[in-house]
Amino acid sequence: MAEEPAGRDKTVGSMTVPAANERPSRLAAAQRVVLSGWGGNPRSAADVIRPGSLSEVVPMLAEMRERSRSVLARGLGRSYGDAATSAGSVVIDLTGADRVVRTDGAVVTVEAGLSLDALLAWSVPKGWFVPVTPGTRYVTIGGAIASDVHGKNHHREGSLGGWVRSLRIATPDGEIEASPDGEHADAFWTTVGGMGLTGVILEASIEMIPIETSLVSVDTERATDLDECMRLMSAGDAGYRYSVAWVDCLRRGRGLGRAVLTRGDHASLAELESAPKKPRSVTPADPLAYSPRQLARVPFEAPVRLATLPAVRAFNEAWFRKAPAHRAGELQPLASFFHPLDFLGDWNRLYGRHGFTQYQVVVPFEAAEVVREIIEQLGRSGFPSLFAVLKRFGPANKAPLSFPAPGWTLALDIPLGRAGLAELLDRLDGIVADAGGRVYFAKDARLRPQLVRSMYPRIGDWQRVRDRLDPDGVFTSDLARRLHLLGDTT
Amino acid sequence: MNDATGLPQTAVVVGGTSEIGLAILEELAKHRLEAVLLAARDRSGLERAKARLEAVGVGAVSLEECDVTKAEDVERLVSSAASSLGTVDLVIVAAGQLGTAELDQLPPATVLEMMGANAGGPAAAAVAFASLMAGQGCGRLVVLSSVAGLRVRRANFVYGAGKAAIDGLALGLSDAVRDAGVSVMVVRPGFVRTKMTVGRPEAPFSVDATDVATAVVEGLERGAAVVYVPPVLRYAFLVLRHLPRAVFRRLPG
Repeated sequence: MAEEPAGRDKTVGSMTVPAANERPSRLAAAQRVVLSGWGGNPRSAADVIRPGSLSEVVPMLAEMRERSRSVLARGLGRSYGDAATSAGSVVIDLTGADRVVRTDGAVVTVEAGLSLDALLAWSVPKGWFVPVTPGTRYVTIGGAIASDVHGKNHHREGSLGGWVRSLRIATPDGEIEASPDGEHADAFWTTVGGMGLTGVILEASIEMIPIETSLVSVDTERATDLDECMRLMSAGDAGYRYSVAWVDCLRRGRGLGRAVLTRGDHASLAELESAPKKPRSVTPADPLAYSPRQLARVPFEAPVRLATLPAVRAFNEAWFRKAPAHRAGELQPLASFFHPLDFLGDWNRLYGRHGFTQYQVVVPFEAAEVVREIIEQLGRSGFPSLFAVLKRFGPANKAPLSFPAPGWTLALDIPLGRAGLAELLDRLDGIVADAGGRVYFAKDARLRPQLVRSMYPRIGDWQRVRDRLDPDGVFTSDLARRLHLLGDTT
Repeated sequence: MNDATGLPQTAVVVGGTSEIGLAILEELAKHRLEAVLLAARDRSGLERAKARLEAVGVGAVSLEECDVTKAEDVERLVSSAASSLGTVDLVIVAAGQLGTAELDQLPPATVLEMMGANAGGPAAAAVAFASLMAGQGCGRLVVLSSVAGLRVRRANFVYGAGKAAIDGLALGLSDAVRDAGVSVMVVRPGFVRTKMTVGRPEAPFSVDATDVATAVVEGLERGAAVVYVPPVLRYAFLVLRHLPRAVFRRLPG
């Protein structure tokens, strides 16, 4: 961090006082706040500013460049690790920029701070769904593009970046209008999956997909072990738009990796009309009714460790048993299928003050045994893992730092606060890297920088375009510093 | 940066020739440690420490001659740490000296020197680095206290009083910098077999410097606020702290 030049502002408590003889700084409104990702750890303090409108962002960036202050944009803070924190930097909180700007056929242009939750509340009743959704609605569009998020449809429809038609990006020198194959295509693909390090996404135009109902027709199957699960997915996924498996990581020997598969597609009006069992809230007269609710909220950080091995084991057992051995064509509301965890607000607090990390990797299809190896090693280590999720990725897109690549992706939530986890995950990283796989930056909070270049071989291309967009090095994050993403990646 | 498992990429050791401090760095070098700065008074000791760390693969080792009881030395140390390491992830305050408890060997100058080496200097360094870290918005301090400071015994009352002071300061500092994104871990070893204690009678539950290092790194991984080495001392001192004085002063050693 090359900050602290002479004449820098003095920070007094939460106030930043501009040096005399200067006009009032935008930093006067900043507040020093300790931030973390969704996993709760690591934490760092930054000066958070909420711009009144998007037109303030470029002048704000220019001022921070002049003051040699580094900058990072932040949305809802749902990346798990340190992607949206930046110690000592100015963090621009964009959640106030949440308007739908315009629509043009299937393409909707929105401000970057708009949440998927708000976008869906607006679009679903009109018959449009987002082309890609992660496991929570509480992410901003800007953050989702910067992480190039994927959903249960990646094997057929790719990640979010492939559905973005244009981006308006702020840099200290002004705004860029970038599109995937027109002008500034390199800026576009560097920003998609670029972890907020290329500029500030102000607006995005996204192609939405039409839906006839607000329901998903879901097939559920249980697999007795990992082999069966992978076989079912390999054979059947092509026939489903959405597919995911929940895997029990705590079983050993026979039954290792037993799983519940849920696969489906948006239900048509005809399916709703002919369904023997109709959901209460959605009727053929009102097929696009949509009012997902949070049922409860975790009120405070758990004072004791709840995610213990016996508790997780019991939870996994219950989850597996409650799933039907086989059920086809069940109509589920969108939120139940795509965002089941959103029913419980602030669920990360259940992990207590130590928080948790999500370990998500992808390995090529031909290295499927790595998935088994990870589940086995984790089971042996005694670290309890809730919500292990397995799915198949389709082709990658053009973004050099985009995570998805053809292969199996496995995501595991692991509680922090116990010695030995670093060593275990470092070992697993090595296996993943050797197999040609990679770790997902949007989830990461502990990868070693040495592995970045082999996991993301195109990082050099990314850095070249990034350096052109941000020659003065205004943008950084704790993730970027930890993994040396902005240079010196060994 | 410190990662989610509590492990640093850069570290400073104040008391950079301390066996415990170096053992901690050797343990951290197994993980993510990239660059360190060692600070101590003794130049040749620093050079030996550097060679030892380079042997275990720590690539960038810088040295700073520094007497922590001198304000200007502490100030220079903090600024050279910021410039040579960038972000200072971890500072280990390990400076100290055991000295003596023989009254005829404790003229005022010696008492002042011992209090400076165990309390004043480490306190100045801890606060100066905590302030740097508060500006950074992140960082962790590890302060080496001792169970000797939990209840000061006649056998090492000057040393124990110094450790009592730095222990109390570290706990209070921890609360003071919490909202700045900085954390402080207090380490309370019992008798550690090092060059500082060589020739002294061993107390029960003696450990080696490597035991302290393992416990410190595990403490960082667990996000611990206070670490006892060995852990059993937590309970032993729960009792010892509350013994009546008439009993306490009759304890051997």
